[in-house]
Amino acid sequence: MQPDNLDFQQNHFQLFGFSPSFQIDTAQLEQRYRTLQALVHPDKSAHLPDAEQRVAMQRATLVNEAYRTLHNPLQRARYLLSLHGVDTQEATNTVMPLDFLTAQMEWREAVIEAQQAMDSAALEQLEARIAHETQQLEAQLAVRIDAEQDYAAAAGLVRKLRFMEKLAEEIHAAFDEIDL
Amino acid sequence: MALLQISEPGLSTAPHQHRLAVGIDLGTTNSLVATVRNGISVVLNDENGRALLPSVVRYAADGSVTVGEAAQAAQSDDPANTIVSVKRFMGRSLADIGEISRMPYRFADTPAGEGSKQAGMLQLRTVAGVKSPVEVSAEILKVLRSRAEDALGGELVGAVITVPAYFDDAQRQATKDAARLAGLNVLRLLNEPTAAAIAYGLDNAAEGVYAVYDLGGGTFDISILRLSRGVFEVLSANGDSALGGDDFDQRIHCWLLEKNRLSALNPQDTRLLLTHTRAAKEHLTEHGETRITAMLSTGEVVDNILTRAEFQEMSQNLVQRTLQLMRRALRDAKLGVADIKGVVMVGGATRMPQVQHAVGEFFGQTPLTNLDPDKVVVLGAAIQANLLAGNRGGDEWLLLDVIPLSLGIETMGGLAEKIIPRNSTIPTARAQEFTTFKDGQTAMSIHVVQGERELVSDCRSLAKFELRGIPAMVAGAARIRVTFQVDADGLLNVSAREMGSGVEAAITVKPSYGLSDAEITRMLQDSTQHAQDDMQARALREQQTEAQQLLEAVQHALEQDGELLDQAMRAKIETRMGALRDTLSSSDHLTIRRATTALNDSTVSFAQKRMDKSVASALSGKNISELEDK
Repeated sequence: MQPDNLDFQQNHFQLFGFSPSFQIDTAQLEQRYRTLQALVHPDKSAHLPDAEQRVAMQRATLVNEAYRTLHNPLQRARYLLSLHGVDTQEATNTVMPLDFLTAQMEWREAVIEAQQAMDSAALEQLEARIAHETQQLEAQLAVRIDAEQDYAAAAGLVRKLRFMEKLAEEIHAAFDEIDL
Repeated sequence: MALLQISEPGLSTAPHQHRLAVGIDLGTTNSLVATVRNGISVVLNDENGRALLPSVVRYAADGSVTVGEAAQAAQSDDPANTIVSVKRFMGRSLADIGEISRMPYRFADTPAGEGSKQAGMLQLRTVAGVKSPVEVSAEILKVLRSRAEDALGGELVGAVITVPAYFDDAQRQATKDAARLAGLNVLRLLNEPTAAAIAYGLDNAAEGVYAVYDLGGGTFDISILRLSRGVFEVLSANGDSALGGDDFDQRIHCWLLEKNRLSALNPQDTRLLLTHTRAAKEHLTEHGETRITAMLSTGEVVDNILTRAEFQEMSQNLVQRTLQLMRRALRDAKLGVADIKGVVMVGGATRMPQVQHAVGEFFGQTPLTNLDPDKVVVLGAAIQANLLAGNRGGDEWLLLDVIPLSLGIETMGGLAEKIIPRNSTIPTARAQEFTTFKDGQTAMSIHVVQGERELVSDCRSLAKFELRGIPAMVAGAARIRVTFQVDADGLLNVSAREMGSGVEAAITVKPSYGLSDAEITRMLQDSTQHAQDDMQARALREQQTEAQQLLEAVQHALEQDGELLDQAMRAKIETRMGALRDTLSSSDHLTIRRATTALNDSTVSFAQKRMDKSVASALSGKNISELEDK
């Protein structure tokens, strides 16, 4: 970290004192987040003139955005790849291995069935399964990005992770429907 | 702690001067005001020693307004002009309110402002004219403001007003408008459970994850917070802004109607029975059964015994609903029941034994009730108001709150596309790009919604606006960037701009349910027609003070950090300072305000440079843990 150069034009990694890599120290992330917010949060300037309040809102918004991006592995990977000029093509590149797609479809059906049956236990099992698969993909991502600098392969993993994230969102929505 | 000093250069008033600030709990049933005196948060009582101001407003034919106990006493005699639980109407259209027929009011639905087909906030017809819920709430706030100014002996610098965490944008905006109308400077809208957590957490030096279960008169909130080393971080919030103690009263009310084979009561009798049902509910907190007796205007006599078991039975699904929402909040926070270190109970309705029992069973621990559930919110709000007003004590803490409901826009087929998901930490902003779908399309309609459902029709419609002046291009060539900015009050600002051609068109919208500045002005005039001159004088004085403070602050900043500016920037700021100085002797507060705004606008980038410099210097030469330990 080079605090003298600290400004809000830096990328999210620099703002949080990290070198740009997929694996980051989450304890440092949390600590730095709190330190930054303690400095810029709008509550600190509620008694100051408008200009200061506006700036505080912008800065605190940026710190929240950076924290959110770094905190979530998928977003962190996507952001890191974009810094390397790699587009993850999540909307355009839909080529996926057949076994991956088949598994996705099966899981999706299982979520719908569990929701219809109001079966929280089944949803919880699915959630644990998805979380496990997600962690596996994240571990692979760390190798591809940090060790091998194989960004094309990493982009493929990001696309898979996006599928997993969507599944997790569907499970979450199914829980909500049961508890509506 | 040393870090705080970074804000200090802009602080213009003498540092030793205590700035008068209050916290206000604008409740469905009761409202309170509190302040920090000698470092301790205290509730301010009225001249009769009463802390709770019943949130009841009565309008008389001569235009006079009664608020509180006196209004409450008249509610059975004059139900149509005596507004209770007005909080339930804030930011709501008639269509949003169920059971209208059971309410003793005469409603008027109002069309929204120009260019919108949506219905606006409902209004109430009273003997003194049509009143908006914002105006009714402002009457309550005015009483609390004068109570505070009398007790503290001076004008308030500002107030923190609490709102249910689950209030949507329209309800928050309405609350802020009501405060403005009551002449209060809103330092912050603060979520009620978060306020309670501050009061509880600071009092008990609490660390760990806590749940705040807040069941008020008309609203239910559940917030999950992590308290750690002076940081209050809201992990998730959930709730129902139309579920509260009133609904428990309703259950008893319906039971009485059924038992006595009553139908279609007149407004007086409805109000009479509701007063009795509330007393019965409260009696059952301490007793196994209660007797309800009342004589209706028709001569019919109601005389029934209600047992606690019966009451529990009839209100069971209300309690179950709160538990469902609690499960959702825990899931959003990615936590289980075992992760919760303590459950703080807030709101008068949590006194009901069945509620305490159900919550205790759900979490497997006895809920914390050592703080008065009626006062804990306002005590926390006062503590936060004191901090925000710049009265720095030795302690510092940081609040990281969230937006409770997702924000999105309508896309093809009436579907809502989420742009900011619920439980995002505020302030936050997200941008999304859209494009035209027809060749030569020059306008685009944008519909902003809030809620979790997929269909736009199931979400709350916040605003519809049109972006015009898009340069004619082939379909798909224009790039329209829509930015959602949610500030620290949880209030939304939407702007849209066309980027593709370099031509920029920007628009800022206020929610359809919010009041326009013109409406606020009209209401201010209405409410001050008797004291117009006083108001003018006060406005002028306030504006002059604000201008002087700004001038001092900018002067100070220039002396300290002037080297951050280039000559042109400095010249611009100095010119505007001069212009503002010239207006100080003006008798028109609007002239001063325009010059104040102009100076403020010209100092934004200077303020940015100064904040970045002070952040950098605060961090430099120290490692982070060192900073955190202070």
